[in-house]
Amino acid sequence: MINAGIVTVSYIAATILFILALGGLANPETARRGNWYGVAGMTIALLATFFGVVTGNYTALLIALLIGGSIGLILAKRIQMTQMPELVAMLHSLVGLAAVLVGFASFMDPSVHLAGVDLTIHDIETYIGILIGAITLSGSVIAFGKLSGRIGGSPLTLPGRHWFNLALLLGAIWFGREFVLQSAAGGGMTPLLIMTGIALLFGIHMVMAIGGADMPVVVSMLNSYSGWAAAATGFMLNNDLLIVTGALVGSSGAILSYIMCRAMNRKFLAVIAGGFGTGGGKSVASGDIEGEVVPIDAQETAALLANAKEVMIIPGYGMAVAQAQHVVNEIAATLRARNINVRFGIHPVAGRMPGHMNVLLAEARVPYDIVFEMDEVNSDFPDVDVSMVIGANDIVNPSAQTDPDSPIAGMPVLEVWKGHTTIVLKRSMATGYAGVQNPLFFKENTRMLFGDAKETLDEVFKAL
Amino acid sequence: MKIGIPKELHAGEKRVATTPDVVAELTKLGFSVAIEAGAGAAASFSDAAYEAAGCEIVASSKDLWAQADLIMKVRAPEAGEVELLRSGQTLISFLWPAQNPALLKTLTDRGVTAMAMDSIPRISRSQKMDALSSMANIAGYRAIVEAAQHFGRFFTGQITAAGKIPPAKVLVIGAGVAGLAAIGAAKSMGAIVRAFDTRPEVKEQVESMNADFLLLDFDDEDGSGEGGYAKTMSEEFIKAEMALFAEQAKEVDIIVTTALIPGKPAPKLITAEMVRSMRDGSVVVDLAAEQGGNCELTEPGKVVVRDGVSIIGYTDLPSRLAAQASQLYGTNLRHLLTELCPEKNGEIVVDMEDEVIRGATVCTGGKTTWPPPAPKLSAAPAKKEPALAPVVVEEKPSVFGPIMAVVIGALALLGLGAVAPPSFMAHFTVFVLACFIGYMVIWNVSPALHTPLMSVTNAISSIIVIGALLQISSTDNLIMWIATFTVLITSINIAGGFAVTRRMLEMFRK
Repeated sequence: MINAGIVTVSYIAATILFILALGGLANPETARRGNWYGVAGMTIALLATFFGVVTGNYTALLIALLIGGSIGLILAKRIQMTQMPELVAMLHSLVGLAAVLVGFASFMDPSVHLAGVDLTIHDIETYIGILIGAITLSGSVIAFGKLSGRIGGSPLTLPGRHWFNLALLLGAIWFGREFVLQSAAGGGMTPLLIMTGIALLFGIHMVMAIGGADMPVVVSMLNSYSGWAAAATGFMLNNDLLIVTGALVGSSGAILSYIMCRAMNRKFLAVIAGGFGTGGGKSVASGDIEGEVVPIDAQETAALLANAKEVMIIPGYGMAVAQAQHVVNEIAATLRARNINVRFGIHPVAGRMPGHMNVLLAEARVPYDIVFEMDEVNSDFPDVDVSMVIGANDIVNPSAQTDPDSPIAGMPVLEVWKGHTTIVLKRSMATGYAGVQNPLFFKENTRMLFGDAKETLDEVFKAL
Repeated sequence: MKIGIPKELHAGEKRVATTPDVVAELTKLGFSVAIEAGAGAAASFSDAAYEAAGCEIVASSKDLWAQADLIMKVRAPEAGEVELLRSGQTLISFLWPAQNPALLKTLTDRGVTAMAMDSIPRISRSQKMDALSSMANIAGYRAIVEAAQHFGRFFTGQITAAGKIPPAKVLVIGAGVAGLAAIGAAKSMGAIVRAFDTRPEVKEQVESMNADFLLLDFDDEDGSGEGGYAKTMSEEFIKAEMALFAEQAKEVDIIVTTALIPGKPAPKLITAEMVRSMRDGSVVVDLAAEQGGNCELTEPGKVVVRDGVSIIGYTDLPSRLAAQASQLYGTNLRHLLTELCPEKNGEIVVDMEDEVIRGATVCTGGKTTWPPPAPKLSAAPAKKEPALAPVVVEEKPSVFGPIMAVVIGALALLGLGAVAPPSFMAHFTVFVLACFIGYMVIWNVSPALHTPLMSVTNAISSIIVIGALLQISSTDNLIMWIATFTVLITSINIAGGFAVTRRMLEMFRK
């Protein structure tokens, strides 16, 4: 048993290590070290709590740690890189569930004796902790379902959904008041349970209303919620380590969501309110676009690539779906060996999770110094001989710039059409998640290579 | 359906609208082909060769015009030929409807379906039918051959026992299809080639053929017009351009001019003064002679020598390579027929919805259908439309909103401070500061690391396990089991989150 002072010092050390972990993750050079800082911080915090606070039930604790830890390690090992968004969403739901459980356990704990203002504040903290936890839990489960394809990706827009949300919010507030009043009298379980139900419903409805294209924002938003849930739990338990760590995670997730929204030129609230691509601006009918689609085959694609000096590859969700990242890397390596400058242009919201494309390309061992952000390469397109768009649609749609009525108007896009030739790999002429027709496909200098990205790229690679 | 190929009547015309090779292809489409005796003789295709390809030889042109449902020619029909056309017959040839309104009217009145090879819209799909480009290509090549004929020297530079021979210097004005063909031909003969064009986008094409592109010292004015042609330039531009030509004329041995503006007389680019400044024995080949010529001294159809400079004004350069020109023109016609006969059954369908066929058809069923509605797409790389400028609506942030937010936030905090006990405020301070640290640390994260960042923050957020650990020693069994279960699921998160982050980061490499 170590004394409370040492526990506090260990918590400070853990806090600092967590801050260093987040700081380290800002840069590829220091990212690995950052992860180890995080592991060290967590270990110190667990050890200090284990030896300083826990007084019994060690066996159950150790067994739970062991089982949980093994499950986690196995999951992490087995998971396919393309399934990463699902995994992250699922892990978020666990944090939400934990917050709910800790909140209930704390409420039921008979050893806590508070009165007056202290009791009220503690009750409110418990209430908020469970509320956020429950929203995180159900929201993450729905996000997991959407990302893994178990639930359709299109947004569910109930009539009067804003009023529905408002009613849920008012209900949560009213039951909160009931809960505080009843808790002072020694009860309060019923309003707490009803509120948990309301929060779960709210989480489900919130994520159901968000379209597939906005998934990166949702995932990082849920990340933020899981942090706030931890912080609220920290208030409830008077634990500064929880408060600080929760606040760190919560604010970092919120900023990440903000960065995502900015990349799509969308208002954060508009994304949360949901229904992207269905209401508001009139959708562009496909008949409006003049021009002809020019198909191309794998041999011609290979010839175009081989004769280029500057090649830009723009991956999208289609590459992830087709698992084509490895053959993409082989094509890039072959071209680079022939002194062709190959670069990757990544749109901030390509894929279904922030940074999704970077992870896939890294898995295929594409060197990260030839992978660039949209802003870094967008001005270079006039010098690019061949741009290859792999399974992306909305992020290369010129109507975001030209058509003010388009649902994606104003969203920054990769300006591939300014290059000499653009090859678009697509399964069909279907629209992207935003449901918008793409005039790029009809441009004079665009060639369409139809088919599954992996199969067609395999052929291109053979032809090279 | 029977295709008839009459002999060209125009004086000096050696081309013919089809060749034995093309006849074989036409037969595959289901057509039968008849040709007037001796039609291919001037282009070195004998009647025997046509016959071997499955062609019927018709001795009299009257019979041929009477038999055929579809007449294919090179030149527009002459006076005697128009009378042979009958209602319902189809004619495909060069027609130049803008220059020959009378002919167009006659064809319309006779109820003929006439398609002009010169009116095929210049879009990507129709390149294989673009006879103008095929003929321009030949004209450009032949221009250099003619220049070599009249130029008394080598094109290539040599150092021989008998002394040093400097390479010839060739200036090509107008780098269209003909200009580029001329550049290629001159270059392959060893000359030093420079080229000039008002359209800046062709600079690259010129440079790709290893010729020098002459740049004007002038604020860039884009000379690209509709359909890949040049347009008329401003006065200052022309002045600067003429100064450049005057300077070049003193230096080069051969000038090939190909400058044409659709529907206008050719611009006068080479003045008599410039010709005078050229060295004796130099050559000017004027490919615009038919439209009046780019050189002031050009006489269409003739070669003249002025101040010791040969000025070639031939208007029949493609016909001077008759076999080649007939082969290319015949192939262009065959591609058009492939479009017209989608069923491959030897019957043509004039589909007025098809942009190419619509553009080429100048009259049908007694109605004039020329000019066609303007084609939407330019053969040149699409020019940036002004509307392409980003339409990001710069919403002026309202000052009112943020001020209100700050005021409400401040009031809420003050209210909280007024009622909350000090212990809560201490935690609250820590909370607010931690939010700011999170903000500072995360703001500059590289986008490539968003996913690892999220999975690491996810792992860190399972610090909530501390809450469960605080409760696990509870004597209350229910609480103990809830806490144990919480420890279980959060430890999934801890181990899974850190391990998967590590796995991802291992993959990032330089």
